[in-house]
Amino acid sequence: MKINISKIIIFIFVGFFLLIFWLGLKKDNNYDTKNIIGNKIDSFQLSSIYSNKFISEEILKENKFTLINFFASWCAPCRAEHEYLLNLSNNSKDIKILGINFKDKKNNAISFLNELGDPYDSVGYDNDGKISISFGIYGIPESILVDHNLIVIKKIIGPIDQNQYNEILELVE
Amino acid sequence: MLSNIGQILVFLILASSFCIIYNAYLDIKIRNQIVKKIIYNISLLQITFTILSFFTLIIGFVSSDFSLINVYENSHTTKPLFYKIAGTWGNHEGSLLLWINILVLFSFLFLIFNFKHNKKFRLYTLIFQNILIIGFIIFLLLNSNPFSLIYPVPLEGLGLNPILQDPALAIHPPLLYIGFVGCSIYFSAAMASMVTEYKGREFALSIKSWVQISWCFQTLGITVGSIWAYYELGWGGFWFWDPVENASLLPWFAITALMHSVMVLEKRNTLYAWVIILCLLTFILSVTGTFLVRSGILNSVHTFASDPSRGIYILLFLGMMIFTSLIVFFRKHKKESYSFNLKTRETFILVNNWFMAFFLVTVLIGTLYPIFLDVIMDVKISVGPPFYNIVIVPLIVPFIILMTVGPQFKWINSHNIKFYKTIFVFLGALTINLLIYYFFGSYSVLTNLIFIVAIFLILQCFFDAKQSLYKNKKSEYPRIISHLGFGLLVLCIGVNHQYSLEVDFNLKVGENKKVNNYEIYFENIKIEQKKNYHSVTGNFKLTDLKKNLVQYLDPEIRVYSNPETLTYEAAIKSKITSDFYLTMSNVARSEYYNIKFQNKPFMIWIWISAFIIALGGFVQLVLKKNEN
Amino acid sequence: MKIIFLFIIYVLLSTHLYTSENQAVLLEIYKNLRCLVCQGQSIADSNSDFAATIKLVVQDQINIGKNKDEIYSFLISKYGEWIVYQPTFSKSNLLLWILPYFIFIAGGLIILVIVRKSKDNKTN
Repeated sequence: MKINISKIIIFIFVGFFLLIFWLGLKKDNNYDTKNIIGNKIDSFQLSSIYSNKFISEEILKENKFTLINFFASWCAPCRAEHEYLLNLSNNSKDIKILGINFKDKKNNAISFLNELGDPYDSVGYDNDGKISISFGIYGIPESILVDHNLIVIKKIIGPIDQNQYNEILELVE
Repeated sequence: MLSNIGQILVFLILASSFCIIYNAYLDIKIRNQIVKKIIYNISLLQITFTILSFFTLIIGFVSSDFSLINVYENSHTTKPLFYKIAGTWGNHEGSLLLWINILVLFSFLFLIFNFKHNKKFRLYTLIFQNILIIGFIIFLLLNSNPFSLIYPVPLEGLGLNPILQDPALAIHPPLLYIGFVGCSIYFSAAMASMVTEYKGREFALSIKSWVQISWCFQTLGITVGSIWAYYELGWGGFWFWDPVENASLLPWFAITALMHSVMVLEKRNTLYAWVIILCLLTFILSVTGTFLVRSGILNSVHTFASDPSRGIYILLFLGMMIFTSLIVFFRKHKKESYSFNLKTRETFILVNNWFMAFFLVTVLIGTLYPIFLDVIMDVKISVGPPFYNIVIVPLIVPFIILMTVGPQFKWINSHNIKFYKTIFVFLGALTINLLIYYFFGSYSVLTNLIFIVAIFLILQCFFDAKQSLYKNKKSEYPRIISHLGFGLLVLCIGVNHQYSLEVDFNLKVGENKKVNNYEIYFENIKIEQKKNYHSVTGNFKLTDLKKNLVQYLDPEIRVYSNPETLTYEAAIKSKITSDFYLTMSNVARSEYYNIKFQNKPFMIWIWISAFIIALGGFVQLVLKKNEN
Repeated sequence: MKIIFLFIIYVLLSTHLYTSENQAVLLEIYKNLRCLVCQGQSIADSNSDFAATIKLVVQDQINIGKNKDEIYSFLISKYGEWIVYQPTFSKSNLLLWILPYFIFIAGGLIILVIVRKSKDNKTN
């Protein structure tokens, strides 16, 4: 077999394809929307679940860091992460927590918080879930950590676990 | 017990493969044209072991023998018998055993039926095919063994996915596998042909029927899969350019190109190198498709439960196949001289191959690009129907024109075809299209072109049919039938796409919705407990206000407990002219139901045209058999 | 009275037309959006909660006059390019769109070469 350049190129191509396939196997298939990190939050307006007051993005400018947590009374994993939210609200002075109640009934949300404790400094009500879309949410629970310039620093998909809790504390220091 | 029997049988298949390779190798050295009897005998034993092993697994499913992990994971005592049997191949390990069955079956049949051909060639084909078989058996034994045991033996199985309990889906894998596993035999034959230098016309004749068979079944398999998707998956569509669908389409393009090129090799003794490349490419694409589907590298509604360890093994196997075939090809390839006359059939077949290559490359790029982008740049994108529609559909227009005009030419010698006849037919197509446009509503330039060329193809096929019947030229029948089917398919899909009515709205019980000239009334909800699921059926009254016809549609939501899933059964009323399609899903935490209503013209004709395409292939097989 | 009556009919008719045209655009957008919580389904086909919410958001945007591309840009900025089925015409997708046509042209050239060579063989 004469070895000429076109044959070498073909072999390299095939090798390249196989290499990409192999690397592709190792990649995580589940999509996450971490691409919003570094972007600015859109302006929003939500009514509070407790009163007729309105909550807007202005509230985020008041604190150095705010953790926006999306939850609902009907969401089981939300119960699992609640403990970490309570710890954050009690122990950390630099971080405030904004809760956004997603596609829920106000009464159920209030009962949920009465039962498990209320870690939130304020709780907004997103009845049809549309506001959450502007945050790039696609399921609950999800949490977004923002600074006072409304820039997203971290996004957590699923319930907060010990590792993420530690990471949040580190970022906030 | 069953596990032991199954394992032993699989080992016996493996052993017989080694025996065959050894004996074949010895027999090659004997310079005569008679294959030793022992090789036939071992092959017979091999196919017997293989079929028995498959029966063993079926028995495991039917008797709900949960000591086998595979049965435990994929079956349930309450499942109906038919689906217990179908469950055998409706999972990764079982379908792998089916692969091996078909590999062995084709190995055996090729040996038996090709007795007219060169002995060395047949034996080398057998050797290469058995190397493939050994590869797959090792994969089965090391990674995906359907006969693995579980202890302690569970009392009940995990149940098969309810979406898979459907008659169309039960036959879809076997049909498809005869297609793209069947092409393994001409992969092996191509390797053998290069090694033994058994080329040209004889080689074409040896693989011709096998290419034809795999093409027919691949076409049928894809069609049945689409029918299943339409009736079962509840979105009203039948093709989504999903990676798994593409994995079955890629070999189809290659086999179609190959089928046409083999004709040229047979008639003109040229294009040998290209035929070899296509033979190798087809099975390589099949295995690549298997890799994409089973390794979990892609995200799809169709995938088997994914497992990266499978992926590594298949990738290894694929790599070995590609590199080996490349090395052999480069060693043995000799330059050919081409002597095509311009105005002949063979030139147009070259053109067919050109377009097939384009379609194949487009679908391949569309499917693989997200993987490449993800690995290289860590960016995740989606490539879906809009991409394929934009890139492929415009080129269908010249493709069909060439497909219509091409067969008018004859083999070998340039003839001027009677152009005026063709123009006459084309004008007829133009007229019909204008009539459709005028009476049924306007559409885009591209759609006009698609309609015109599709009707052109159909009309020309009818004229060709008349000619062939008159002259009793039987050899033209298959081509006319398949091309007619294709023209019909394109036309029906075009009409369906253009004139479909599709609406999406929310409705409560007792509410009414008016859509164009239809009125949909949500009468009530019926809740029932069925054998293995909880059924929530909606009763909808559909009134056609123009024709004053009333129909009832009852879509269903099924709540299964084993495993816990929800399925949405569409209410479909299929008529000759169009289908009504209604699906209903519950809007969470609300009394409302999300309703999707569709009126889809010519759906049944889409399936019929696809079957007509396959029919042409079967007619060809029958004609060839009568010849012999 | 008649005028008011006619006016009402006109408004009803035009909203019907408006709605059916709108419906077509909505459907087209739904079909181009990927359901992120499903295994390979579009927003149009999916019965999931996420799909229902996205539909509402898209409807809102259409009603305030946004066009398709603006809606896609908005959703891409939130969820990434994965959410649209038609790949964007960007630099990273250049190869995706160009390569098929490139191969087509290459194939055409190969055929031309073969036919030319055949002609030469004939004359020799």
